[in-house]
Amino acid sequence: MDIGKIDQIIDKHQGEASSLIQILLDIQSENNWLPQEALTRVGEKLTVPMSRIQHITTFYKHFSLTPKGKHEIHVCVGTACHVRGAQDILDTVEQVTGVKPGETDPDLQFSVETVSCLGCCALGPVMVVDKEIHGNVEQAETAEVLQNLKQAEIVENLENLKQSDKPEILGLCACQ
Amino acid sequence: MSRINSPAELEVLRKEILAERNPDKPCITLCSGSACHATGSGSVSAAIEEEIEKQGITAEVDFRRTGCHGFCEKGPIVVMYPQGICYLRVQPEDVAEIISTTVKDQQVVERLLYVDPNSGEKTTLEEDIPFYKNQQRLVLGSNLKIDPKNLEDYLAVDGYRALVKALFKMTPEQVVGEVKEAKLRGRGGAGFPSGVKWDFARNAPGEQKYVVVNCDEGDPGAYMDRSVMEGNPFAVLEGLMIGAYAIGANEGYVYVRQEYPLAVANLAIAIGKAEECGLLGNDILGSGFDFTVKVHRGAGAFICGEETSLLNSLEGKPGEPNARPPFPATKGLWGKPTNINNVETWANIPLVINKGAEFFKSIGTEGSKGTKIFSLVGKVNNTGLVEVPMGASLRDIIFKIGGGVPGGKQFKAVQTGGPSGGCIPENLLETKVDFDELTKAGAMMGSGGMIVMDEDTCLVDIARYFLAFLSDESCGKCTPCREGIRQMLKILTNMTIGLGKEGDIDLLLALAETTRGSSMCALGKTAPNPVLSTLKHFRDEFEAHIKHQRCPALSCKELIAFYIDPEKCKGCGACLRKCPADAIMGEKKQVHLIDQGKCTKCRGCVEVCPAAFDAVKIFSGEPVPVTVSEET
Repeated sequence: MDIGKIDQIIDKHQGEASSLIQILLDIQSENNWLPQEALTRVGEKLTVPMSRIQHITTFYKHFSLTPKGKHEIHVCVGTACHVRGAQDILDTVEQVTGVKPGETDPDLQFSVETVSCLGCCALGPVMVVDKEIHGNVEQAETAEVLQNLKQAEIVENLENLKQSDKPEILGLCACQ
Repeated sequence: MSRINSPAELEVLRKEILAERNPDKPCITLCSGSACHATGSGSVSAAIEEEIEKQGITAEVDFRRTGCHGFCEKGPIVVMYPQGICYLRVQPEDVAEIISTTVKDQQVVERLLYVDPNSGEKTTLEEDIPFYKNQQRLVLGSNLKIDPKNLEDYLAVDGYRALVKALFKMTPEQVVGEVKEAKLRGRGGAGFPSGVKWDFARNAPGEQKYVVVNCDEGDPGAYMDRSVMEGNPFAVLEGLMIGAYAIGANEGYVYVRQEYPLAVANLAIAIGKAEECGLLGNDILGSGFDFTVKVHRGAGAFICGEETSLLNSLEGKPGEPNARPPFPATKGLWGKPTNINNVETWANIPLVINKGAEFFKSIGTEGSKGTKIFSLVGKVNNTGLVEVPMGASLRDIIFKIGGGVPGGKQFKAVQTGGPSGGCIPENLLETKVDFDELTKAGAMMGSGGMIVMDEDTCLVDIARYFLAFLSDESCGKCTPCREGIRQMLKILTNMTIGLGKEGDIDLLLALAETTRGSSMCALGKTAPNPVLSTLKHFRDEFEAHIKHQRCPALSCKELIAFYIDPEKCKGCGACLRKCPADAIMGEKKQVHLIDQGKCTKCRGCVEVCPAAFDAVKIFSGEPVPVTVSEET
């Protein structure tokens, strides 16, 4: 992450140590996760020890110390969603993506998280895929939404592969 | 808007705003709360703007995006004024017809009206829909009338009148006295008398004092505070300022969950507008009273709803609780006297000051005055936000307003008070919503989550669910809470997977007692409640799980098995096609079979088996019969 951007965020909060949580929230919303260099910079600028930063970033659930996948899936497991079958939705998400709640796949395609209430209880069970809310979802619909995403990723990867392959093929041709 | 320097200038401005507004002019209001947003109110809004322009009636009709109307089940909601015609589940393609029929021709679009699920009767006006008719919306009412981003809208509904009254006609002591006299009790859960709490902070020694809004609404299944903050942030700010004046504070903080981005955004706009015209800042309205307010976003920790944890979090530290005393009223934020109230409590303050303690006291029961907002969710027909006078019965809320349980299922229990609360069974449905009555019934008012459960909900699983939530959210600082919850969870989890043992219930009760008696903060002290209340009212379900490995609600996956009744199966193949695990075998027109080893118990086969056949049965606590395949 760009150091200039981090400094800008810290300055916005007047560099106050009491704004530590607010600063980390802003960095995470900018970068999607909190890389080590960002934490180091924040510690230096606010003169806060790294132990305290680590305490904060591991105490609050919103912070992520590892990169997130390209697609973020949040399954609401609040009480209203729970009684309307959220566990089945979560199981389906795990089946289709192969990613357990709280984890990200090694290819950084999907991150799956559970949330404890999005305040959309009337629409339960609720799943949020890339910030788009899917309300009253059933298992079949959940599987379909995620399969479509996976399919789109495969197509995109193939196209990227074709493009990146071209120079190599040309190179080979030249050698021959 | 330019700075308003005195109450007289404020009244002039209010008159100007009202003079410009013709109550008979058609106005389209669209609910833009979070639930309606999720069902597409954003695209409906764009369609309305486009259509108004296209039909050339920009000057003849107003359009307002309001806060949450509460009837979230039926969103997006459009209400047409001056008549008050209510259209439900409006989609962008409906907009052209609404405008041409209702705005231009003064007719009603019948197909978008509310239809009674039992009688099939249609209702035209919002106020006549049973969901709204049986409520008393003293706090939520303004949500329908104002654009939360527009200060003028708030002034048009008497906004800041209570502040003027407090600043210019009352002494701080009188304000505290009025709140005490009104017997307003905190809406965040504990129900502590707000006026008494204010008095503590007011009388605490020290020059610097703080007031704080607790909008860290963490109870899963509750979203009242979210809707008030999103839909009417000015009212919360006005209440906060009155409290600050009464206590002697000049700085305030609003602590909002970052999971509520719209609440954060609308609040920031409201603060900006209030600052711009001098309703926040120095010498407010020429009264000599200074007040500033800052917003702090929470980063995802349920415990921060507890006031000492919240204050630690405000200081930029981990949100761990402190032992009380000292209470925040004497030693709070940065060691200074601090008064914390919940969003709904603050939003009630302008009402108490404007209409007086006598009016407020006239609503409710002996021990609980005013109204309370509940989020009525779960297995209920009309899900949404409900505001009723204290003393309304649970039965009226669930059946009259909520329209009962969907799908012809049997009501089983209602859970109130979130993870600190409990489950109330059918025979106690006449219980009135009142801080003390609900506690007597083994639950609690809490912040206002009301989750309805039907015959398919397993109460052992619900107790397990809440403990899993609390175990995850316990900060771990004190042992009884951290370990007590973990051990209770282990026992309950074992019960739901068929590993329950004789003596488990006694062990649960002993653990509950220790956790309740020796935890440091309210999270641990109340954590056993979901276990104790379900055990009290549904002990037979626990015993069925332990003694017979049977889940009476047929819900716990490890304790159930699916079976196709050969007498009823017609071999249509619907279940075979649906099964994601390839666990169903059978030729067309022949009886189908479930391979128990492969079955993932997803219930897909139950859902697709035609009702006329009803061939898929669920077994629990008894062996599944063996079907002999027709081929052998």
